[in-house]
Amino acid sequence: MKVAELCETLGWKALAGARGLDREVRGGYCGDLLSDVMAKAPPGCLWLTVQGHLNIVAVALLREMAGIVITSGREPDADTVRRAEEEGIPLFTSPASAFTLAGRLWELGVGRTGAA
Amino acid sequence: MASVSKRYPVRARDFLHAGEASIQIQAFLKAMGLDAGLIRRIAICSYEAEMNAVIHGGDGELEMTLADEWVTLEVRDAGPGIADIELAMQPGYSTADETAREMGFGAGMGLPNMKANADELRLESAPGRGTRALMVFRREAAGGGAP
Ligand SMILES: Nc1ncnc2c1ncn2[C@@H]1O[C@H](COP(=O)(O)OP(=O)(O)OP(=O)(O)O)[C@@H](O)[C@H]1O
Ligand SMILES: [Mg+2]
Repeated sequence: MKVAELCETLGWKALAGARGLDREVRGGYCGDLLSDVMAKAPPGCLWLTVQGHLNIVAVALLREMAGIVITSGREPDADTVRRAEEEGIPLFTSPASAFTLAGRLWELGVGRTGAA
Repeated sequence: MASVSKRYPVRARDFLHAGEASIQIQAFLKAMGLDAGLIRRIAICSYEAEMNAVIHGGDGELEMTLADEWVTLEVRDAGPGIADIELAMQPGYSTADETAREMGFGAGMGLPNMKANADELRLESAPGRGTRALMVFRREAAGGGAP
């Protein structure tokens, strides 16, 4: 599924990165410890995190992620939104927890062997 | 081709620019057509070393050298240095302060990530003498993609 379809289906608020919305989502990762995410997040994934500071955009770029969802009703810093927009990284917020969102993504087929 | 070097400044505690040197290196290596898996390993190492200089170290420099058979990353900083390198290398060991931990740093996984992803890691440091992390990546293992 594409980033835009998942955003629409799960009702996320889109804050930045519209030009990356047609990326194919190839997996997911939940994590708030950056060196864990850096080591393990699969390329093309959606990253669910409570971190909202600027450095998450660097992590998303370096891991070649499809996008970032900031969970649990947290809000990113203004710098983060600006940078995500510049870099074309889709950035969303959702009131739901990472657990709930990961469950919904799984139901929709994201992260299940092969084609997500 | 002999080799190409790129150097980027790294500034202590500058969270606004932290990671940018690594992003530029990644973009350069992609433009040079390196293997995607190799670029991913280099990106992990570059990011972790850059962030360590920013968080724990001092002002310094990140230097990447692309040669026919190797890529090297060298991150030097003029910070406080590391007293016990063996201890610092232990997974989970961290002296990150509260501010850094709130940002999600301080899992004590940066150096272990570097060791796992570089073909060779050399860490040179002493209290008061700064830190130098040198990482080497073999290109041939990745196969092809020569510029
Ligand atoms: N450039 C440096 N200057 C001074 N101390 C350093 C430097 N790099 C690492 N260290 C020391 O080594 C420890 C372990 O580093 P490591 O990168 O493994 O973990 P971390 O940076 O604390 O957490 P993480 O990388 O998971 O966010 C650091 O907490 C710090 O005490
Ligand atoms: Mg570290």
